Amino acid sequence: MKRFIGFIKKEFFHIFRDRRSLFILFGMPIAQILLFGFAITNEINNVDIAILDHSKDATTKEIINKISASKYFTIKQMVVREADIASVFKKGQVKAVLNFEKDFSKNLIKDNKATVQIITDATDPNIANTISNYVNAILQKYQKELNKDITIAYQIIPETRMVYNPELKSVYMFVPGVMTIILMLVSAMMTSISITREKELGTMEILLVSPIKPFQVIIGKVFPYIFLSIINAVVIVMLSIFIFNMPVQGSLFLLGIESVLFIISALALGILISTISETQQTAMMISLMGLMLPVILLSGFIFPISSMPEPLQIISHIIPAKWFIIIIKGIMLKGVGIQFIWKETLILLVMTVFFIGLSVKKYKIRLE
Amino acid sequence: MKTILYIIQKEFKQIFRNKGMLPIIFILPLLQLVILSNAATFEVKNIKFGYIDNDHTTTSRALVEQFNASTYFDMLTGFPSEALASSAMLKGKVDVVLEIPRYFERDLQKEKHNNLGVTINAIDGAAAGVENVYVTQIVQNFNQHLKVDLLQPSDKQIQPTKIDTIPLFWYNETLNYKTFMVPGILVLLVTMITLFLSGMNIVREKEIGTLEQINVTPIKKSQFIIGKLFPFWVVGMALLTIGLILAKLIFDVPMLGSLLLLYAYTSIYILVILGMGLFISNFTDTQQQAMFIAWFFVVIFILMSGLFTPIESMPKWAQIVTEFNPIKYFVEVIRMVMLKGSGFTDILPLALKTLAYAIVMNGLAVWSYKKTN
Amino acid sequence: MNNNKVIQVEGLTKMFGDFTAVDAITFDVEKGEIFGFLGANGAGKTTAMKMLIGISKPTSGRATVAGFDVFTNTEDIKKNIGYMSQKFALYDDLTVKENITFFGGIYGLSRKKIKEKSDTLIEELGLKKVANTLVGALPLGWKQKLSFSVSLIHDPKIVFLDEPTGGVDPITRRQFWEMIYKAANQGTTVFVTTHYMDEAEYCDRVSIMVNGKIEALDTPKKLKEQFEAANMNDVFLKLARG
Repeated sequence: MKRFIGFIKKEFFHIFRDRRSLFILFGMPIAQILLFGFAITNEINNVDIAILDHSKDATTKEIINKISASKYFTIKQMVVREADIASVFKKGQVKAVLNFEKDFSKNLIKDNKATVQIITDATDPNIANTISNYVNAILQKYQKELNKDITIAYQIIPETRMVYNPELKSVYMFVPGVMTIILMLVSAMMTSISITREKELGTMEILLVSPIKPFQVIIGKVFPYIFLSIINAVVIVMLSIFIFNMPVQGSLFLLGIESVLFIISALALGILISTISETQQTAMMISLMGLMLPVILLSGFIFPISSMPEPLQIISHIIPAKWFIIIIKGIMLKGVGIQFIWKETLILLVMTVFFIGLSVKKYKIRLE
Repeated sequence: MKTILYIIQKEFKQIFRNKGMLPIIFILPLLQLVILSNAATFEVKNIKFGYIDNDHTTTSRALVEQFNASTYFDMLTGFPSEALASSAMLKGKVDVVLEIPRYFERDLQKEKHNNLGVTINAIDGAAAGVENVYVTQIVQNFNQHLKVDLLQPSDKQIQPTKIDTIPLFWYNETLNYKTFMVPGILVLLVTMITLFLSGMNIVREKEIGTLEQINVTPIKKSQFIIGKLFPFWVVGMALLTIGLILAKLIFDVPMLGSLLLLYAYTSIYILVILGMGLFISNFTDTQQQAMFIAWFFVVIFILMSGLFTPIESMPKWAQIVTEFNPIKYFVEVIRMVMLKGSGFTDILPLALKTLAYAIVMNGLAVWSYKKTN
Repeated sequence: MNNNKVIQVEGLTKMFGDFTAVDAITFDVEKGEIFGFLGANGAGKTTAMKMLIGISKPTSGRATVAGFDVFTNTEDIKKNIGYMSQKFALYDDLTVKENITFFGGIYGLSRKKIKEKSDTLIEELGLKKVANTLVGALPLGWKQKLSFSVSLIHDPKIVFLDEPTGGVDPITRRQFWEMIYKAANQGTTVFVTTHYMDEAEYCDRVSIMVNGKIEALDTPKKLKEQFEAANMNDVFLKLARG
């Protein structure tokens, strides 16, 4: 037992002496959370648009003012001819052009109808759609004002209630995701590198020949990273709560336990990676290229899983991160207890046991 | 001059002999390009929909039927009570719940207006917004048809004034998110591979001792660096080529602009990344450290590059910071050239900034590489 | 400047912060000599050598190697010297031939010359069968000999060997020293560091470093007389004990 403790102590020394890596280990999550909280968002603000006004009458001026006053849009320039629209888009100067037809006011009075084209640069379809919707909303509001003296019969008015995130803050979406990604990457990558390094240096054989049992070696290697990952998780949650006012509706204790479970699953993955890597370089590349992108893209972190094609949805089932994100969102934003997320927890548990079992088996094979 | 060729020859031999790394450098990224681009979409589909019908009339059933018929909404579940619907939302079984009040049909005919309750899971704020738009659209459509049916000749209708808005989507009429994402992901892959390879390569020679051996030879700094980085430049360009072919074949991403222009720009861009890799390797002693530091910067740069979320949405201070992010330029240029057909003058400001970055970065890297310590 | 002295060192010092690794050492090495640079691990031998081969900048003092100044002309020094590092730094993932070709090319040898040297080298070392095998697969002794030969590929005036016999068996060590003798006979000066005291017997002259200073400098014979020791190992023990 004393030997084992001595071994764990050595592992801790390794980690804490490597200042540069330590800096990244802790600095990375903090930087990411801050970025996501303050800079990364899908909401649109001050989008540059241009106006092509064929009428230049009182009504178009009013509408243009309303759009200009909106915090979503900035009117960057006026376009003179239709032919100029393409060049303005190609230069990337504006994201949309509003094209008011000729005789706008006249048509409104005469035919009760006038037309505006909302031309968007749809290379980013999401932004284009959002811009379209927002401009449309402003125009609809204006239209309502024009008709405020007319009562329209048979109106069904939907009253919408946004729950769990009434202000539609994108931070709420991202924080659980970032936490998951960091824990997964750090745990899996660090563990796989730590073990492969011993292999590369040749000290692994020395360890295996010593009286310490193989499984003790693995646990000893992994233990400090559990500790570090927990610290990371705590830091991330604290930052979210205090800087972004993210709620933790549910039990912090439950959150803690689930996080530890996830960390262990990530560590087990790391061990698995180390069994198939001969060098540190391979372990790192597999962790980064083979783990990072799939986890970011398929875990529901940024892109909703339900919108993906069937085969990818199925693949996402085997990614532990996907289940953990559901669990975190449930606990932090919905305030659910274990009775609502027992299914996901069980799945995570089974995966963890599976990874550990697989790693142990692979290690036994190598030793023989 | 010849010395450079010897180094280049050696590097290529080593790259192709490393059987473990070759698939990671070429196959893995391209596999990811293909698979993961399919995942990237902000479209909101298959919305899990539930409803509480307190009215049980032909009108209420007709309204529910509208949602059933819509392709956006999925898995229609009827709930007998609000409590059960809430519980289902907590479990994640539904994301949008429509509550039709009692006397819905009666009130509509008598009072001529009515309210509908809509509850939306807003954890994903952006998706919630879109879901709301869809719900509103369906309700409004239903409303229009209802009006036509219910309208009595006694009801004098004054025609409301209407502003017709026609949305036109240029360069991507079908709003295909993949068209947008694939070039971006390609940028990401080319960047990551070239950065990690170049960063770790020199550190590895440090670790095994051959770097010292080379430092004792009369080889010039510049010869060594050029010889070392050139093969990775080739790898980057090769990745770009294969990626573009896949983009066309599998995703049918348009290539409106000049291929030559894209290649010319990319050749400068890769120099920036290689310079960064070299710079990092000059300050680290182990491959692990080099990897970590590279990873740290890459993730931050990627997040701030406009690849996943638009730069225009960032606060002003963040937008200024992105001026120093090389990835941002490549992402913009590749999208402009491929999807819009932008030409040389259109991307000139971006290209110049990238060139400046390349000169500064490589200058720093070469200067900080010391043969004598 | 005596033309026969290929290495001239005067008061050479290297400090890392407050720690003095090499403390004002002074010595000369003559052309064609086999000069043993001895000392315990950590005595400062490798640090001193790094200054002489131009990859470490001295803190103070003076030195010239092959007539060039170690402060201002490191690149010229490098043209005229060969170096074999402790790690036998060859590329494990290149073959024997490829390693030879690479280093030959780095030193600016013409293709014809490289081919010549390569064939001769492989013949002399008896590596014909493994000429196209990856160096990583070779036993340590062969790597060592190959590394030494590569360091001589451009016919340098001086060759610096850093602990060249670490980890190899006694027979290989013997063979290795025969290679050193051969090189010295052909006029190459050999500057070798080692902590194997018995190898000191093989050198023309020997210096012993203790804690950064040179505490002894003479032929092995004279040193044994001076310290009344039976062999160099005893000389060293007596020195170390102070």
